[in-house]
Amino acid sequence: MPIRETSLRSLHESSGAKMVPFAGWNMPVQYRGILHEVQTVRSAAGLFDLGHMGRVRVRGPEAEAFLQRLQTNDASAIQPGRIRYAMILNDRGTIEDDILVYREEAGADFFVVINAGNADKDLAIMREVAADFDATVTDQTDELGMFAIQGPKSEAIAQRVVDADLSELRYYAWTATAAGGTPVEVSRTGYTGEDGFEVYCPQAETPRLWAAFLEAGQQEGIEPIGLGARDTLRLEAGMALYGHEIHDRLQPLEAGLEWAVKYTHDFRGREALESIKSAGGSGKRLVGLKTTSRRIPREGYGVAAPDGSAIGEICSGAASPTLETNIATAYVTDAHAEPGTEVAFVVRDKHEPATICSLPFYKRPR
Amino acid sequence: MRPDDRKYLKSHEWAKPDGDVTVVGISDYAVSHLSDLVFLDLPAVGTEVTADETFGEIESVKAVSDLYAPVSGEVVEINEDLPDNLDRLGEDPFGAAWMIKVKTTAESANLMTAADYEKHLEAEGD
Repeated sequence: MPIRETSLRSLHESSGAKMVPFAGWNMPVQYRGILHEVQTVRSAAGLFDLGHMGRVRVRGPEAEAFLQRLQTNDASAIQPGRIRYAMILNDRGTIEDDILVYREEAGADFFVVINAGNADKDLAIMREVAADFDATVTDQTDELGMFAIQGPKSEAIAQRVVDADLSELRYYAWTATAAGGTPVEVSRTGYTGEDGFEVYCPQAETPRLWAAFLEAGQQEGIEPIGLGARDTLRLEAGMALYGHEIHDRLQPLEAGLEWAVKYTHDFRGREALESIKSAGGSGKRLVGLKTTSRRIPREGYGVAAPDGSAIGEICSGAASPTLETNIATAYVTDAHAEPGTEVAFVVRDKHEPATICSLPFYKRPR
Repeated sequence: MRPDDRKYLKSHEWAKPDGDVTVVGISDYAVSHLSDLVFLDLPAVGTEVTADETFGEIESVKAVSDLYAPVSGEVVEINEDLPDNLDRLGEDPFGAAWMIKVKTTAESANLMTAADYEKHLEAEGD
């Protein structure tokens, strides 16, 4: 399969981006450096190309009923113009993807954003499930561009470009509006733990709108941000990355995501999940780790108890410029999951001390 | 052009002869590609290193990378305060940021001249 390009590729290259393949797409991993970019987002604002993510419109008289079957959250409780986080499970109760489900302001149709790496799989599942409902699933990944502005200065900057009054747009709400004469949809969502917006626009307009946001944010020092910094930002904010904290051999209970599961409707995997729950769970759970070691706990490294016994494995790790320490997420046995528990992570046979902590590591000041 | 008083491995380590000792470090190319260095693990004085095998590791924000010995022999000196001053690698990778000194018993067959190293870097595409 040839690698896919977003409509912003040439803009990234002229900004000096280092490009890497990610989930089948050619994406910017960094511009000026990961640590610098994380700090830019936390102090001012950054722009993220999200062209790689899957964008799916769901329509029809049974759109809501279809979504109730497809995903774990309660679609009937999503008000017009609002958004909810959810998961698509399989019939073992484990996680095929984490998604956002949006109900349009007009109330009838829905929009779903899915991970780039799971897009083909999710679309196949969606079409299979939709066959039983009077609902249509339309892949809009090609027709719509998508990018995000994230950081404390996001609203001030975005307001210079977008018509709608963004001070009225609540967290996890979205609206159809315009920017420079182009119809766009804007949601107050993001993957960084900062205030910010995600913008969905006609694909051909994406470069012009990206440039408009960069221009509008000059005085605040807005910069384009790569996937490397995006990973550190979401980790600091305690947000799961599919393939790391969640995947198809993990279920929502151990991942700490039961809050996105509502047992009020019959979703795929509900029976299996309820069995797991009544059997007492898996005996392990997702925790945070902090370490004063200069070494970074990385995906796949073992986690050990002070007596050296293996108690878990690291999912993700990074140097956190925001916390000025190295952080990681891991699954560990329940007995060792209490915040404050002293453990170690194993780097090439060496045991580096670390402490269990709760997630998130970082919450933005309000 | 990079210093030609020394030879280079494809993996970017350099080897500079100094009597019966070889001074070992890494090139500016390696440093610039690593970026955001966080940790350097050097062998203890007295360790035997073997040409083309690892003698230590360097960790950046993105990954841990092995360091390969360009020569075999006993480590007689290490740059002790380099691990605490990793920015020296960005400032002077061919001088003050030397890593280890080895009493040399053999050399790697894969060492290249500075000129061949430059060609190797061009081929790598940067």
